Amino acid sequence: MSERAQLLLPIADDELVLGWRNSEWTGIAPFLEEDVAFSSIVQNEIGHARALYQLVADELGTTADALAFDRSPDEYQCSRFVELRLVPDWARTIARHWLYEEADEKRLEALKASDDPEVAGLAAKIDREEAYHRMHAQMWNERLAEEPRYLEALEELRPLVDGRGDHTREFAALWEEMTMVRRSVAGATW
Amino acid sequence: MIVYEVFRQERKGQAFAHAGSVGAPDAAFAEAYAREQYGRRGESVALWVVPREAVAEIHEFVDELQKNYHRVDGYPLKEKLKEARERAGTAPPADR
Amino acid sequence: MTEQEFLEYVQSGGQVETDDWMPDDYRAKLVKFIEMHGNSELMGVLPEREWILRAPTLQRKLALTAKVQDEVGHAQLIYRVVEDLGKPREQCLEDLISGKSKFHNVFHYPTETWGDVGVIAWLVDAAAIISQKALLKCSYAPYARIMKKICWEESFHILHGRDVILTMMNGADEQRELVQEALNRWWAPLMQFHGNPISPADDPMFQWRIKSQGNEEARQQFLDGYVPQIWELGLIVPDPKLGKNDEGVWEYTEPDWAELKHVVTGHGPQTAERLELRKTTRAETEWVRRTVLAEAA
Repeated sequence: MSERAQLLLPIADDELVLGWRNSEWTGIAPFLEEDVAFSSIVQNEIGHARALYQLVADELGTTADALAFDRSPDEYQCSRFVELRLVPDWARTIARHWLYEEADEKRLEALKASDDPEVAGLAAKIDREEAYHRMHAQMWNERLAEEPRYLEALEELRPLVDGRGDHTREFAALWEEMTMVRRSVAGATW
Repeated sequence: MIVYEVFRQERKGQAFAHAGSVGAPDAAFAEAYAREQYGRRGESVALWVVPREAVAEIHEFVDELQKNYHRVDGYPLKEKLKEARERAGTAPPADR
Repeated sequence: MTEQEFLEYVQSGGQVETDDWMPDDYRAKLVKFIEMHGNSELMGVLPEREWILRAPTLQRKLALTAKVQDEVGHAQLIYRVVEDLGKPREQCLEDLISGKSKFHNVFHYPTETWGDVGVIAWLVDAAAIISQKALLKCSYAPYARIMKKICWEESFHILHGRDVILTMMNGADEQRELVQEALNRWWAPLMQFHGNPISPADDPMFQWRIKSQGNEEARQQFLDGYVPQIWELGLIVPDPKLGKNDEGVWEYTEPDWAELKHVVTGHGPQTAERLELRKTTRAETEWVRRTVLAEAA
């Protein structure tokens, strides 16, 4: 695998799987305005995954969709942290959102300094969208700062942020579901 | 929930028009929610987000004594122009 | 203004703002109608939401998420209008969950396959946009105004739906079958969608100019716009009587009005399950609204 793929696939997989997980809130968020806002974040995350996959796909001679859907579960390099199914627990969802944005900001800073101009350019674009995610996470972090269940969630999730390697059992179920239509007709265009 | 009124500008230079309202716990949330509700498809270049309570509504505009000198209907120029043309023996510009 | 003068005012195209005087019956009808629209947007989220996790490409995932997001956004806009008429959003949601208020028939049915996702986005949204476009002339101005944004966003949904359908129809036989089977499932609910052919003269919603078109007029417009588009793809509409007569009027098998009534009064195949989902997720996030919104109440 190319150096670029090694660098970008874990990030793309994180964005994809987190986006997929957060999309489970679409339509059932705590209130309607938040539902709309959180859905935009989901769309950005999937969009970031797509752009990152595209850079890798160009090198590997494949497509972003093939990378997102057609690998076997053990080929995904996302962290166990993003795999967790947290719906309908808003406290843990926001805790993960906050912790993820914090870690992602550092990762994006490093990517922006990459020698690969395409990688650095994309990282800068992604970072401009992530700025809104960080504002959103910050708002909620402040709002829930005194809520015991939120503080517990932060404690519980903080050690898991960059746990990679084996996948969670929840990931197997997610992979089944996210690829089921695509696998149902071999080689089809959707 | 506080109600915030949102006004949006579609293109630079245009007037801000009322877009609708959002409910939010405070101004920061209101800004975030207004951005998504009224701008996520790039349909706005700018928004004003204002707490509803800050909007003063006025419905009455009293004019009991027909102050028509600052309105178009205070100036019936057509008849006067006709008379002036007759005195001068000229035709309207289009006929010349 | 008397009630009669008000009636004449709206029937001659007059529009009403939130703080204007209005007859109690008009206000009650408005709340009922607009609330049901809000409920429908919110419940319309559920049949599609299940498929957000199964969308087969990244583009479809994004488009479907955005479509559902629009619907939640519409519910927000619409419930705000209801709220300004005097009924709080929380009360609307309570009445929805308890079955006291209604939502549109099509959202009581299951979404079986990705074919249904395409048919919903294309044809259910097409039927909906016909009703909603007619609301652009609603006598209640705040509702008419938000309808502009809603119709604009719905037009993207139809594009998305048509694209999903065309792609499948250009694909493998199994994909084409998914579309045909979905059409077979959705045709009856679609024909019931605009309601029984009550005369506008007997429809109080029309008399108050809340609606500006009759039910049958809307259905004819739907058939006129979309049946040719269905036929040209080689799909079969599951109604042997369907056709346009010499006067240019569509004829069709009488829809099952008893089924429509049964479904919208809370007895559809998915009604109980979907309301239960609303109820449980609402209970599970109650603490968030209490924490975050209470101080701003």
